[in-house]
Amino acid sequence: MSEASSRKLSEDLLRPLLETSWRFYALVAFLGSIVLMGLVTWAYQMFNGFGVTGINNPIFWAFYITNFVFWIGISHAGTLISAILRLVNAGWRRPVTRCAEVITAFALMIGAMFPLIHLGRPWLFFWLMPYPNSRQIWPNFRSPLVWDFFAISTYLTGSVLFLVLPMIPDFALVRDRTTGWRHRVYGTLALGWQGTTKQWHRLETAMQIMAIAIIPVAVSVHTIVSFDFSMAVVPGWHSTIFGPYFVAGAIFSGIAALIIAMAALRKVLHLEDYLHPVHFQNLGKLLLMMSLLWAYFVFSERLTSWYGNGTSEMAVFWALQRGSYAPLYWTMVICNFVIPFPILALRQTRTIAGCVTASCFVVVGMWLERFLIVVPSLGHKYLPYSWGPYRPSPVEIMIMISTFAAMALLYTLFSKFVPIISIWELKVGEHPFPAETPAEIKEHPLWQVRP
Amino acid sequence: MTAIYALYSEPADVQKAVDNLRAAGVPEREIVVISGEPIEEYEFSHRDKASWLYWIASAGGIAGLTFGTWLTRMTELAWPLQTGNMPIVSWWPNLIVMFELTMLGGILATVVALFITAKIPSREPKLYDPAVTDGRILVGVQNPSGATLPAVERALTIGGGAELKRS
Repeated sequence: MSEASSRKLSEDLLRPLLETSWRFYALVAFLGSIVLMGLVTWAYQMFNGFGVTGINNPIFWAFYITNFVFWIGISHAGTLISAILRLVNAGWRRPVTRCAEVITAFALMIGAMFPLIHLGRPWLFFWLMPYPNSRQIWPNFRSPLVWDFFAISTYLTGSVLFLVLPMIPDFALVRDRTTGWRHRVYGTLALGWQGTTKQWHRLETAMQIMAIAIIPVAVSVHTIVSFDFSMAVVPGWHSTIFGPYFVAGAIFSGIAALIIAMAALRKVLHLEDYLHPVHFQNLGKLLLMMSLLWAYFVFSERLTSWYGNGTSEMAVFWALQRGSYAPLYWTMVICNFVIPFPILALRQTRTIAGCVTASCFVVVGMWLERFLIVVPSLGHKYLPYSWGPYRPSPVEIMIMISTFAAMALLYTLFSKFVPIISIWELKVGEHPFPAETPAEIKEHPLWQVRP
Repeated sequence: MTAIYALYSEPADVQKAVDNLRAAGVPEREIVVISGEPIEEYEFSHRDKASWLYWIASAGGIAGLTFGTWLTRMTELAWPLQTGNMPIVSWWPNLIVMFELTMLGGILATVVALFITAKIPSREPKLYDPAVTDGRILVGVQNPSGATLPAVERALTIGGGAELKRS
């Protein structure tokens, strides 16, 4: 890559870090105020007790656990997709990977907050950790809730490291292009990075190993989240396909979140030269495939329940199909399949706007799916005398809204302080391409930066 | 630390400079090549490719698996309560914790090994030039001996095409 191209690329991607408009402060203030309102609401819940929520017998898991499952699902956008694309050496991944990996780190942090909120007394959070109590009794490793602790902490550790390691060379780049406090801060974050051939080899090998390790961890995390439900003998939960069903749903919602985030970054940070329509088209194809896979899993799961015709299972089944939850259920089907499928299947509509529209519907549909897994089953257990409805309280709704604002706020702040596209990886993509087939030669210019 | 180096725009010139330094008798370990991104297309970037990282990651994974096996089994035997009609040491559920700790061990071992072998974080003064971030490639020799200095200078200029710098 020529020096001029290298300099232009660095300047374009460092501009958001070095120039700040009033819009940034306005957005941070707006999102921050929503997050603050969420924190105040949480404090109100802690002070007044769980009675201020809609959680009551028999539905003890509701909005908070729905949000926990939803955010853990969203976290599958980044590290998993990035690791797969890195391993198959997909050239088009380069501008996408960091945008995706950030979603994983923040979504996991937000998702992991919900069990704490659901605790009611979050200052006792350390009871979730595996350590012996004063009578030397250890937690029960046979409980899926303890599996959650191990799975989420492993995935969070791996995802944060997977995100941070390739940021080190970019921190060194920012260090060299800044002065004053920025130079000192980024110099510290760069950890004395030089860019010797040895350092590059070690970094790339480490990333390769991390990619290999993180894929099974990502799959295991959402499988274990599904075990929270499927290990319980509750109608609608006790299913053998819940593991892959949850993983497919997680990747589905994760890709949708990634498309929305990329479109926002492209528009706000003027990254049109780096995030091309072809990136959205490729992610749109993945989203289409996941929409089909999701529909297949829903059909398999529903058919098995219906064919089995168990009394309790059918109570949940009919509550969803034509009972009190039917409006939400059919909205979910429309959002996850009926609308996205034609938009993403047709080349003419698989544009940036089309992909973003489909993704917005998918995010809504997948949140509804998580809600419809958690709530109707608890409200229709084996004995009808224990059946009951659920209605979320304003406290739960406010806390949920504030987590969406927290995600947007964290993403905004991250893209302000760290290059949201990996600069050094983009430069590698500009090197002469060792193409072996005519198709590869034809394809390669698509991934290059426009002059 | 003293060093002599030159900056190049083209990787082909870097390859020539490295070859010249080798021909001048400079030991391989003293030749430093620094770039803003990895350059896989040339031989000079493959000098340090051999690595133990995969083995270290595997060893970390084995350590994690061993710890996971010990932790689950020890805690179950420390207070042998039977739950859900499962045996006291229940391998099926234990496998989940063992798997997660295996992967965690592998990931942490990889990162620690990366930091040690890549010598980061470091506060020692090192051979570096900020021009590297503009796409230039640095080739230099750290602590060149007086006897080899003229040969190093000739090797780095590759026929007068590059400006020599000292740090």
